[in-house]
Amino acid sequence: MHPALSVILFTTLSGAGYGLAFVLALGHGNPGALSTKIAWFVALALIAIGLISSTFHLGNPQRAWRAFSQWRTSWLSREGVMAVLTFIPLTLLAAMSVFNDSFHIGLGYLGGIMCAITVYCTAMIYGSMRTVATWHTGWTAASYLAFSLTTGTAIYLTAFGPAAGSDSNVIWIWLAIVFIAIAWLIKYMWVRRGQAVGFGESTMESATGLGGIGKVRLLERPHMMGNYLTNEMAFRIARKHESKLWRIALVLGVILPIALFVLAIALPSANLFFSGVATLSLLAGVFLERWLFFATARHAVGLYYGGDEALVPAE
Amino acid sequence: MTSLPTQTNKKLGLVIDLDTCVGCHACVINCKEWNTSGYGTALSDQDPYGANPVGAWLNRIHTFEVTPMAHSAKPRGQGVGEVIGTAGEARVVHFPKSCLHCEDAPCVTVCPTGASYKREEDGIVLVDEDKCIGCGLCAWGCAYGAREMDAAAGVMKKCTLCIDRIYNEELEEIDRQPACVRTCPAGARHFGDLADPNSDVSVLVKERGGFDLMPEQGTKPVNKYLPPRARTDLGVGRSFEAAEESTENADGLLGWIDRALSGTTRSKGAR
Repeated sequence: MHPALSVILFTTLSGAGYGLAFVLALGHGNPGALSTKIAWFVALALIAIGLISSTFHLGNPQRAWRAFSQWRTSWLSREGVMAVLTFIPLTLLAAMSVFNDSFHIGLGYLGGIMCAITVYCTAMIYGSMRTVATWHTGWTAASYLAFSLTTGTAIYLTAFGPAAGSDSNVIWIWLAIVFIAIAWLIKYMWVRRGQAVGFGESTMESATGLGGIGKVRLLERPHMMGNYLTNEMAFRIARKHESKLWRIALVLGVILPIALFVLAIALPSANLFFSGVATLSLLAGVFLERWLFFATARHAVGLYYGGDEALVPAE
Repeated sequence: MTSLPTQTNKKLGLVIDLDTCVGCHACVINCKEWNTSGYGTALSDQDPYGANPVGAWLNRIHTFEVTPMAHSAKPRGQGVGEVIGTAGEARVVHFPKSCLHCEDAPCVTVCPTGASYKREEDGIVLVDEDKCIGCGLCAWGCAYGAREMDAAAGVMKKCTLCIDRIYNEELEEIDRQPACVRTCPAGARHFGDLADPNSDVSVLVKERGGFDLMPEQGTKPVNKYLPPRARTDLGVGRSFEAAEESTENADGLLGWIDRALSGTTRSKGAR
């Protein structure tokens, strides 16, 4: 699948925003501390930037409001509705912290649950696609939720936690390390399944219905040049470098952040520096992970264009 | 509304004969011609006369090569084993593909705006272009590649089954069928109601063993494909040379030359 930058930015940034909001909504951070107030602002800004950037890939963004109407059947619509609804408790909580130095635990739990549901809806846009066998699994939603929580936690503990009068920073760092491990373990399960499943049940034989005669091979494309379908669904570049890119994602998203977080615990005087670089590295790793999520996914329509043969660079 | 109708009164669709399609692309061209000036916005092309032309098409023909395969035998009761080679000559199949107007159309249910819908009266899947935001999710949801975004208008285009022809009383009766069907010089495309078991198309599907594309996707396509017929045996594997070299039945002048040059005076048929 073509990895649209707007969608990658949207899913990673709003994911991190919802993760941060989730942490805050559960009551972490003294509501009177300046750091907590800024954290609320950052969480809402990340969510908003993500949502706005998601409209950039639309052909007619001026009609985007219509996307709130079909929540009965469409996960994209549900995601839009939930994103707007979740703003209500989150904005209230942020306002309470900023103007009143207060917090409400009931509203907090409500906001936290709604954050999780919104991220789940985002993931299900992809997880519900039967045409993309790599995505069509519960691991997709699990990994979106895990990365959202992990990045949100890392941002919180690095930028806001200590100043917000939160509990021991060391405990937060250990928590982040555990979250990183869990998130990438889920991702590992997703990748392993994805590489085995390929196009899923569908084959060039089932796509053409000619399997009864024999083995099917594409002789001629409909047109000599690419088209919307091949540009959108049969993205090639990632496949060539797939394993190399996953290794880079692992270094950026797992090895570096964990090593730096351990250093942050070991050297309290340079805590902020090491935590900060760890968080940035984690975000870069998750960004690459999200790029690969799209770029390596095989869409069933590729079978009409030669299957995996069509997906390797032609040159 | 992007909920699917529980049942449609008719199931209008196409039956495409892979045996008779000659891959001339006339249906592709006539589809583009009719639909670029018909329902909805034009089907735009980008860089049409340049080095890298692309454009929106609602009907495309792929060409496949199918090779019969031989399998190794497996112990009794275990079916066939792995592919060990080819088991006959490859054949070429031209394969037209447009929207299959699925009964369980995932392109409809994923639409966030309600632009995509399936008509209760005849089962045709359409896009209301005034509501389409061009998010492209319906194209992702379609396994068949039946939907293409128009890069100029930013809305999703798809086969309408020529809704502006089939019900058009301004046209002569013979023209009230989809442009692709009307133009096909080989008679490889048929249009009708597949919900009616006695319609011409239903009978054709029954007689020829019409099938669904990717049934495992659970989309229940309305359009059906008819398989290529079994090949006439052309004597595959028999040596043509041996037969050509034989002068057994030569008679008349050629027979005399043959006998004279062979240095034999034996009478015809004795060899």
